[in-house]
Amino acid sequence: MNLLASILGDRMSWDYFWHGWVQFGGQAATIGGALAVVAGLTYFKKWGYIWREWLTSLDAKKIGVMYTVVAVVMLLRGFGDAVMMRLQQMLASGDSKGFLDAEHFQQVFTAHGTIMIFFVAMGLMFGLINLVLPLMLGARDVAFPLLNSISFYLYLAGFVLVNLSLVYGEFGAVGWLAYPPLSELQFSPGPGVDYWLWSIQIAGIGSTLSAINFIVTILRMRCKGMTLMRMPVFAWSIFATMILTLAAFPMLTGSLFMLSLDRMMGMHYFTSELGGNAMMYINLIWAWGHPEVYILVLPAFGIYSEVVATFARKKLFGYTSMVWALMAIALFSYLVWAHHFFTMGAGGNVNAFFGIMTMIIAIPTGVKVFNWLFTLYKGRIRFDAPMWWFVAFVTTFLIGGATGVMLAVPAIDFQVHNSLFLVAHFHNTIIGGVVFGYFAGLTYWFPKIFGFKLHERLGKLAASLWIAGFFMAFIPIYILGFLGATRRLEKFDPSYGWQPLFIASAIGTAVIGLAVATQLVQLGYSIWKRKQLQDKTGDPWNGRTLEWSVPSPAPEYNFARLPVVHSRDAWWHAKQGQANIYEGAYRDFELPKNTGTGVAIGIAATIFGFAAIWHLWWLCVVAVTMVVWVLVRRMMNEDTEVLVTAAQARKLDATRKAAA
Amino acid sequence: MSQSATAVVAHSKETFGFWLYLMTDCLVFATLFATFAVLRSATAGVVTGADIFSLPFVLTETMVLLASSFAVGMAVVAANANKRRPMLRWLAATGLLGAVFLGMELWEFTVLYQEGHIWTKSAFLSSYFGLVGTHGLHILTGLIWLAALMGHALKHDLSNRAKQRILYFSLFWHFLDVIWICIFTVVYLMGVV
Repeated sequence: MNLLASILGDRMSWDYFWHGWVQFGGQAATIGGALAVVAGLTYFKKWGYIWREWLTSLDAKKIGVMYTVVAVVMLLRGFGDAVMMRLQQMLASGDSKGFLDAEHFQQVFTAHGTIMIFFVAMGLMFGLINLVLPLMLGARDVAFPLLNSISFYLYLAGFVLVNLSLVYGEFGAVGWLAYPPLSELQFSPGPGVDYWLWSIQIAGIGSTLSAINFIVTILRMRCKGMTLMRMPVFAWSIFATMILTLAAFPMLTGSLFMLSLDRMMGMHYFTSELGGNAMMYINLIWAWGHPEVYILVLPAFGIYSEVVATFARKKLFGYTSMVWALMAIALFSYLVWAHHFFTMGAGGNVNAFFGIMTMIIAIPTGVKVFNWLFTLYKGRIRFDAPMWWFVAFVTTFLIGGATGVMLAVPAIDFQVHNSLFLVAHFHNTIIGGVVFGYFAGLTYWFPKIFGFKLHERLGKLAASLWIAGFFMAFIPIYILGFLGATRRLEKFDPSYGWQPLFIASAIGTAVIGLAVATQLVQLGYSIWKRKQLQDKTGDPWNGRTLEWSVPSPAPEYNFARLPVVHSRDAWWHAKQGQANIYEGAYRDFELPKNTGTGVAIGIAATIFGFAAIWHLWWLCVVAVTMVVWVLVRRMMNEDTEVLVTAAQARKLDATRKAAA
Repeated sequence: MSQSATAVVAHSKETFGFWLYLMTDCLVFATLFATFAVLRSATAGVVTGADIFSLPFVLTETMVLLASSFAVGMAVVAANANKRRPMLRWLAATGLLGAVFLGMELWEFTVLYQEGHIWTKSAFLSSYFGLVGTHGLHILTGLIWLAALMGHALKHDLSNRAKQRILYFSLFWHFLDVIWICIFTVVYLMGVV
């Protein structure tokens, strides 16, 4: 027994398995979901297929699909959290306490924010980048395919840890950025904050590695003739985003590292005693956190730029100003972090600076909106499903941007700081900007990856329901914020008379639920009807950029012959007969071989995270040793690539073209 | 470094990628430095830097690390001249000096620990141990990496791939040197002055 105790440490306890029936629902759903996947793979004998074709693949497109699948699973969980919060605040009035106690409610909103930012938005972003960036640049792959796989598995390790917190233990009850001193050991002694810490620490390191990968891809892997100013705007948006990621995520890593030292070793970086300074953490985390929101939204801006130009059947208006606007936003996003805590007491001059800088960001953003509108002007617009998302975006995001400028005024911010008005504002920009953008992108590029379109009318129905549900859910939240409702409370005094607004908001959430259900039906129905929806041409939308010049689904090697471009929108011009982008002889090229290295590192990272959360120090050492061993083994392996000869490339190309 | 080798290295995606990685690590350290700068006066009435730092000792430590950086530079020169044996000797010297540096740092920590000046006593001590300890962890990582590189070089001939790896290692090692110079200045010199 003594031995067992020393192996399991002093933190683990049976008590962490049982919290109550509501939590049991989460446990059952998580375990049931995991078991269903395992059983399904076993029953259909797909383990070998999954391992060979997906898990060990270094093909960026497959890694992109895996990111997207994980992100969608997390979207459903994060949405489940949202539903619980809306129900709770709707029900808890007067004598009714609702169905969540304060502690559990706090865990739910912490999980909701953490999941939606780190595992949904980031996952969809890296998914889309992997799916289309190399194709757009006329490259066969990303710069470092193995590193790409490792990034994905670090993200997956974070995903596993976040969901494990649902089964064994608890999650942080501290809000998505875990402000100290609340998040310190003194006030949050359980493993919840550690689950939060290690799941995003590990996933965040994956994001930093991805940033390195994509910056090198953009600067070193573009096809011949594609100068920087000929890159599609989506590629530019990713370039700006990845610079932000590269320069922001290490600050997150450092801040989380210090907080974990406080919690694991009893240090006093951010505690409220012995000189610790909690505001230091809050400054650092927002110095990451504000760039982070632009990390999420800039790729969406890139997607809209591609979608609008394609469906207006015109070249994008103001390409150069688009590029400069992206870079300006990227720069300014580092100069506004203090607007998240105007109430800190930094003084009028500091607040004025950060307020004015925040308002300035609206200018390049406005430039982009006008550029999209001018692109549509006199275009021959086709309203396919991606355009519906764009229209939903422009209307919604404008309102979110306007309320953001309101919040940028320190005097107003003092009134609505930490109120539901803020909550409504950032949902307005993140749902209206980011979520709609990624849905537009997924609808737009789906046929390129899978070879068939998503069902159009169901997509349009989903967009309509989303926008209706969004406004029904969040306009009441805006009003509640103005009335003085503070965020993150599970219960309000009934004498305020706020319950009708919470009921209205919950109805809106139900409409969003319908929208999400429609999207799932859309996916299932499209798979069922994939023969009818098949994309035979490889260019279903009459696109402008290089990804539409290859057959759908895009082959593993992307291009049998690397393209040569002479202009922006090279594929569009090639279709007009103005230039040929595929000429010259086929050449030999190399593709990366499959490897389980990423999987092994992901497993080791998960073990490390779990061990750090539960203070199993010996297991931490085991996990680190595992990583070292895997990396050294990989270093000794010289046989990592497979050659495709010119003759094979020609043959593959001919087969593809014959099939189309 | 021969002309062609320089060209190969300069154009490699990996070199560029590795520089980007170093920049991210630099930012992690920047975060720790910034926090140290804010917390260095938050001594909670316990000890200040001037009370606990021994400059001659730290200067010796610094010289050892600089010497190890010189050794890895010589190893890269030897690698580019395809001289495997001298390269291995210089790498061994790098590792030895690095290990001495790490040992000295641990000894310094042990003395502080025994005197009761530990990280739980004040925010200043937390940020000191956090910053210097993180550098030490990087040195430890470097030593493990170096052992793997030497193990590989003992068994195999020098391929271009192997040479590139030694170059990356040397970049990493020099980078840690630069960080240490900043620690020496900001933590120790400014702590004592």
